[in-house]
Amino acid sequence: MAKVLVVTSGKGGVGKTTTTATLGAALAQRGQRVVLVDFDVGLRNLDLVLGAERRVVFDFINVIQGVAKLSQAVIRDKRVDTLALLPASQTRDKDALTEEGVARVIGDLRRMCDWVICDSPAGIERGAILAMRHADAAIIVTNPEISSVRDSDRIIGLLDAKTVKAEKGERIEKYLLIARYDAARASRGEMLNVQDILEILSIPLLGIIPESDEILRASNLGCPVTLSDPTSITARAYSDAARRLNGEEVEMLVPSDKKGLMGKLFGRRAA
Amino acid sequence: MRFRGRSFIAFALTPEPPIANWLAELDNWRRDSPGFFAGRPIVLDLSAVTLSGHAIAHLVHELAARDIGIMGLEGVEASQLEPGLPPLLKGGRSATADESEAPVRRRPALAEVPRQEPTSLLLDDPVRSGQSVIFLGGDVTVMGSIGSGAEVVAGGSIHVYGAIRGRAMAGANGNPRARIFCRRAEPELLAIDGYYRTSEDIDSALLGRPIQARLEGDDMKITALD
Repeated sequence: MAKVLVVTSGKGGVGKTTTTATLGAALAQRGQRVVLVDFDVGLRNLDLVLGAERRVVFDFINVIQGVAKLSQAVIRDKRVDTLALLPASQTRDKDALTEEGVARVIGDLRRMCDWVICDSPAGIERGAILAMRHADAAIIVTNPEISSVRDSDRIIGLLDAKTVKAEKGERIEKYLLIARYDAARASRGEMLNVQDILEILSIPLLGIIPESDEILRASNLGCPVTLSDPTSITARAYSDAARRLNGEEVEMLVPSDKKGLMGKLFGRRAA
Repeated sequence: MRFRGRSFIAFALTPEPPIANWLAELDNWRRDSPGFFAGRPIVLDLSAVTLSGHAIAHLVHELAARDIGIMGLEGVEASQLEPGLPPLLKGGRSATADESEAPVRRRPALAEVPRQEPTSLLLDDPVRSGQSVIFLGGDVTVMGSIGSGAEVVAGGSIHVYGAIRGRAMAGANGNPRARIFCRRAEPELLAIDGYYRTSEDIDSALLGRPIQARLEGDDMKITALD
């Protein structure tokens, strides 16, 4: 039986979709069978980030409404054969997701793979609540700024109240992923630092993803950074996070603003 | 022989003129939420209407016919009341009884233990942004923090072993002796028995420090604990 993860944040634009795609790819590259589910009905993006946008025939809503079978809607990745995507519908809205339909599809996916990773839409409305509803664990993506951190705090409260696990009196596992971390700005006090964020949110840290150009390039290429540029710092950070999810002990590297010799020599590169 | 004090949260019904319309509205409401008033202590607040003694008796009778038992009256002069009506109450305070977003996990009740209302509430988890914890029965202890945009309302004192970044309201039942303690003060609002301070009214030298807040007369004193 698969473990169901939700990638959520409350706030938009913090890196949920990128995290879903990249963590999913990193787990799949380690031989795990992974299905990514896009819950952002009406504003789907996950297909683009995975470079599968031209291969979408049927979607999540078609499966819920019985128009297509799950096996027809799920798209296998061409680069990593253990990675798959269930795309959202772009032409419908979130009301097309029904409580029973979501429960059934997630239940079926659980039997197909090792990880079901649900990419939540922003906000705290119906779509976000349905995305977290059946999760066993949650990855809360936060940027080092107060608005993002407070929205994450709100989402953690909802995870403890509105998920099936919480309603049964069980605890949903929660992990923090800090994305777009800029060590130089944090050290100058222009951004919250890792300690501040952990102090406010008080949940275990899964990883710190530095702000980088590689990740933007990867999204635009439609190829997760762990595939397109596996030796980059960003890819390392995501691979380490995937290994921690898998239960491995991996040392946490907090990006520092200490530049190496090359960094000093070629200092003022445009950020 | 012993007399003991007991406090309840009563719902106050405040009729507005014309009474016939108000009763019709009440009937609509009861149709949508049948059983809402069953077994609840109800106080009839007559401050918004001017009724004769006979009219008051008639109104109480009309409510009784709707299974709404009135435990007391408010907002009228004793001289106006006919004999046989519920007693006149004084000194009631308003209280909000919003449903909290369930941060308090319910434990299964043990059948053998005699039921006793708890006089304190201990929260192991932080109170997250958007959550509201209301406990009018006594003190609230929070092991974590009260997040920005979260609130805790306690009948007694509030003890926070993390930071207060949201709102803490102690002594909400009208207890001026209640206090607020925390390890790190960055509050949006502190209140004791209705007297409050917002972050702008708090000495900035105290922000981020462990503090105690208490009432001295009408004045809230906030002092550092270290």
